[in-house]
Formats: sequence, structure tokens, C-alpha cells
Amino acid sequence: MIETRELTKLFKDVRAVDGINLTVARGELVALLGPNGAGKSTTLRMLTTLIPPTSGSAQVAGFDVVRQQRDVRLRIGYIGQGNGAGHSQRGRDELISQGRAYGMTVRAARTRAAELIDSLGLSDVADRTVSTLSGGQRRRLDIAMGLIHAPELLFLDEPSTGLDPQNRANLQEHIVRLRAEHGTTIVLTTHYLDEADSMAERVIVIDHGRVIADDSPQQLKAKHVGDRVILGFAGSEEAARAAAAIGAQHEGGFIRLTAEDGPREAPKILASLPITPTSIEVTRPTLDDVFLTLTGRSLREDSSTPAAELVEA
Amino acid sequence: MTSLVTDTRVVFSRELRPVIRDPFSVIFSMIQPLFFLGLFAPLLPGDNSLQWFVPGIIVMSCLFGSSMTGSNLLFEMQTGSHERMLVTPLRRPALLIGRALKEIVPMIAQAALIVAVCIPFGFELHLPGALLGLLILAAFCIGLGALSYTLALAAKNKEWLFWTVQQTLIFPLLLLAGVLLPLDNGPGWLRALSHINPMTYVVNAERALFNGDVLTRSTLEGVIAATVVAVLGLLIGVRAMQRSD
Ligand SMILES: Nc1ncnc2c1ncn2[C@@H]1O[C@H](COP(=O)(O)OP(=O)(O)OP(=O)(O)O)[C@@H](O)[C@H]1O
Ligand SMILES: [Mg+2]
Repeated sequence: MIETRELTKLFKDVRAVDGINLTVARGELVALLGPNGAGKSTTLRMLTTLIPPTSGSAQVAGFDVVRQQRDVRLRIGYIGQGNGAGHSQRGRDELISQGRAYGMTVRAARTRAAELIDSLGLSDVADRTVSTLSGGQRRRLDIAMGLIHAPELLFLDEPSTGLDPQNRANLQEHIVRLRAEHGTTIVLTTHYLDEADSMAERVIVIDHGRVIADDSPQQLKAKHVGDRVILGFAGSEEAARAAAAIGAQHEGGFIRLTAEDGPREAPKILASLPITPTSIEVTRPTLDDVFLTLTGRSLREDSSTPAAELVEA
Repeated sequence: MTSLVTDTRVVFSRELRPVIRDPFSVIFSMIQPLFFLGLFAPLLPGDNSLQWFVPGIIVMSCLFGSSMTGSNLLFEMQTGSHERMLVTPLRRPALLIGRALKEIVPMIAQAALIVAVCIPFGFELHLPGALLGLLILAAFCIGLGALSYTLALAAKNKEWLFWTVQQTLIFPLLLLAGVLLPLDNGPGWLRALSHINPMTYVVNAERALFNGDVLTRSTLEGVIAATVVAVLGLLIGVRAMQRSD
């Protein structure tokens, strides 16, 4: 569905996207994950024909993004980082003109708009001027606009930013269902690690315009971080004795071990210890741990990321 | 299969919708022209000064409205809805032409309003001429609208740039077209500048037409000037839209 070769975009001297090779098969649900300024939006903007690559090429839905723009546009849906719906318009009107833009008849667009308004919980606000909607309502309207023509390939740039947890869950469900029912290929970017983790079966980690990892969340975590087993002891002496018995190091009253499959290995570790620990903790890594391992920086907003990078784009 | 015409219709009706839903927005760009009408016209000498002044004010309100219209696009470029439309299969020229064509609707509403306000004060309406006058104005405001959108596309996210250029241009255009004062007795250089201002010819044509003089040289010059503005505006605008990202 998507095939890029050395896709690159330079803005003056900024390498926003730096030689990305990407293959996405029909029906995949892929999440692009990366910090602010990593090049996620720029990548999507090239794939959706909005901006031409500086070098390299991309085929989307079977067509070249530079030479066959219209063919690409007819087959994709795009929900950008901003608000797709015009602020002076009414939601329902925008949905209908969006449908018309894709060649639907007024009648078909109207029916489809009504369906989407209903399923995205917009019934109360669809006939109001967009500027009076809350951020989350506007976001849901944008999503409805991207879905109006039921595209075979859908790009979403931070679809859930600004949504409350309930609406975020609702949106995720919508996306997963879309894929299950229509086999839609979906490429989304997100800052929410749990979202990438729970929805996508493939996560592409981008940093400084490059792909630094590309795998399923499980594999990424197993490969790059692994599980952690932390044993607590009554005191540092006990910990030292236990550590000696299993050939590990202790830090004060604790022993920290890494394991491929923590929950299964923990009982075995326990059995091999000469003394019983006072506590045991098995932690599974998050995608943030993966990112931390890969780049030495954290993606999570509440951690030590420099403040400047946290400013919303 | 959609065509350029269908695409243009989609864009046109989308643009028109907020105007219809909120007709008051049409009045907004008329505030200044109405002030000129109310405070300036009484100062003009002669009995039928309105007959001379009103057509100019109609052109003025067309100039104000159409030259501001790019700010709507500017705003949509900032919020993201322009980007959203660029990703649809709508043909790029349609994105500009549809928008520019919409300018006709507020222009006609404004002209009708101004005429309606002035009739009780002795303004005489010669309908056939006035209708032809509106046709010329339609072409003129399509061109102006297209240029205003071009300016918006060029200014991108620099809103101040759009407004600075727009404000800097409209007043010379206005004064050099002799809308407020006749330039016939002005110095040569002023008249020379006025001769290269296409709006001069549009204003003169409107004056003749609203006065009922249809078959005049002014009419012909007005038609030519308005057509040139429309064609140039659309050509430049479509190019700018094709490069937009
Ligand atoms: N139009 C532009 N002109 C100049 N530089 C740009 C432009 N668009 C993006 N950049 C730069 O390219 C880099 C990548 O930006 P991009 O918007 O793709 O990041 P992102 O991964 O989407 O970030 P975010 O998570 O903040 O949305 C950034 O350094 C950004 O400043
Ligand atoms: Mg982005």
C-alpha cells in the first residue's frame, strides 16, 4: 500500500525527514512514534501529496506521490494535525462538502454524514458553527471528515490529541473497527505510548527524521529492553548472599535482574535463591523504555524532556 | 467522473454557505463605504450628486469586500482546513476559481443595499444599465478576489503581511479611480496614474451605466478593464494555488 525509497525532505538546512525506507502492506495498522519535530508530520505530508520530497520517492496506493497526485488523493483519507473543518462553517455542511469533494452525490454524502455524526457522538453539535465547538468535538468532526469517503488508506496525524480519555478510547475503538470491518490500511502518528502499544501491531519509531526501530510493540520491548525482576530483601547482607548464589549484583537490599519473560522466570529465580526475599516485583517495559534505550531520551512528557520540546506544535 | 466545473461548484457552494447562514457578514465590509456615502455625499455640489457618487461607492464596497476575502483563506491555512482541502481530489484551479466566483454574491447584495438606501434620497435607478454594470463588477470582483487569495497564499502564516499589503494598495486604487473626487482638474501626473488604474475605467463605466447610458465608450473600456483584471487575477491565483502546500 505504501512503499518509500530514501524519502527525504529538507527545509532549508533542516533535515526533517532523512532517507526513510518504508513498506506498509494492505490492511496494516501502523503507528509512527517519535518526539516533537521528529519528522512524523512531514512524512505524512509527503505521503499525502501535500509537499514534494526533496529526494527519494514514494508510492501510495499504487501511485507515485509526485507524478500521480490525483490518483493518490482519490484513494486516501487524511486527518491532519490541525482542524480540517472550516471554523466559519457548520459541521454537517463541511461533512457534506467533503463528501462532494470526493465525487459523492449530495444524497450519498448527506446519508454518510448522518451516519458518522451519529457514530462519533456529534449529533448535538453537528449543526452548530465549528468555531463554537470544544477542541475534542472539533477533533471528532475532523475524524468524521477523513472517513466520509471510506478510503482504503487512512492517514491520521495525532488523531487523539486533545481528546479526553473516554473519547480517546472511543476513537481507538473506531479505528480498530474500521480496519476489522473494511480492511482499511491505517497509518497514524501519536504521542500516546499506550495508544501505539494497544492499537498498532507495528510501531515505527522515528527520531531526527530517521527510522530507528520498526517492529511489533511486543518485539520492540523484548528486543530492546526486556522485563525486569526486582527482588527486595530484609537487608543488604541478605541481598548480597542471595546475589552471590545466583551470580548477580545487589544494590543495597535489592537485586535487579532482566529477563526475556519476567512473569515466567520469576518463580524459577525464587526457587534458586537460598533465602526468601521480602518482596518481588516484575515490571514489563513500556515503549518509552524502548525509546529511552534507543535514543537515551524519554518520550514521556512528564519526564526530563527539555521543556521546549513539550510545547504543542 | 468529476470535472473542473463540478469541483468549482463544490468549492463555490462551500464558500457561499457561511455568507447565507450569516448574511450580516456581508454588511461588515460595507461599513466604510456606507460612512463615505452618508458623510461625504452631502458635501458634494450639485443637485444630482448622488447619481455621480453612488456608482463609485458601489465599486468601493466591491473593492473592500473582495480585497479582504483572502483573509478567510489565510485563516483556513492557519487552522488546517485549507490543508485538508488540498488533500482531496478537488482540482487546484477549482479551489481558487470557486472561491473567487463567490465574491459575486456579496457584491450584488451590497450593490442592491446601497441602491435601496439611496433611492429615497433621489437616486434614480436605470435598471438595464445597472444590470450591465453589475456584470462588469462581477468580473472585476472575481479578479480582485483571486488577487486577494493570491496575496493570502503568498503571505502564508504572516497575517500582518497580508493586511499591510491590502491596506497599502486599496486606498491609492480608490483615490486614483476618482471615486471620492473627480480627477479631471488634477495635475498631469495624477491623471496619468489614474489612467493606468483599471479601476478608473470600471468606475467610469458604472457611472455611465447607472445613469442609463449603455452604449458608450466608457462601457466598452469598463468591460475591457474588468475582464483584464479577472483574467489576470485568475491566472495568477491559479498558479499560486497550484503551488500551495
Ligand atoms: N514548513 C516548514 N518549514 C521549515 N521547517 C519545517 C517545516 N515543517 C516542518 N519543519 C521542521 O521539520 C522538522 C520535523 O517537523 P514535523 O512537523 O515533521 O515533526 P513531527 O514529528 O510531526 O512533530 P510533532 O510531534 O511536534 O508534530 C522540525 O524540525 C520542524 O521544525
Ligand atoms: Mg506533527
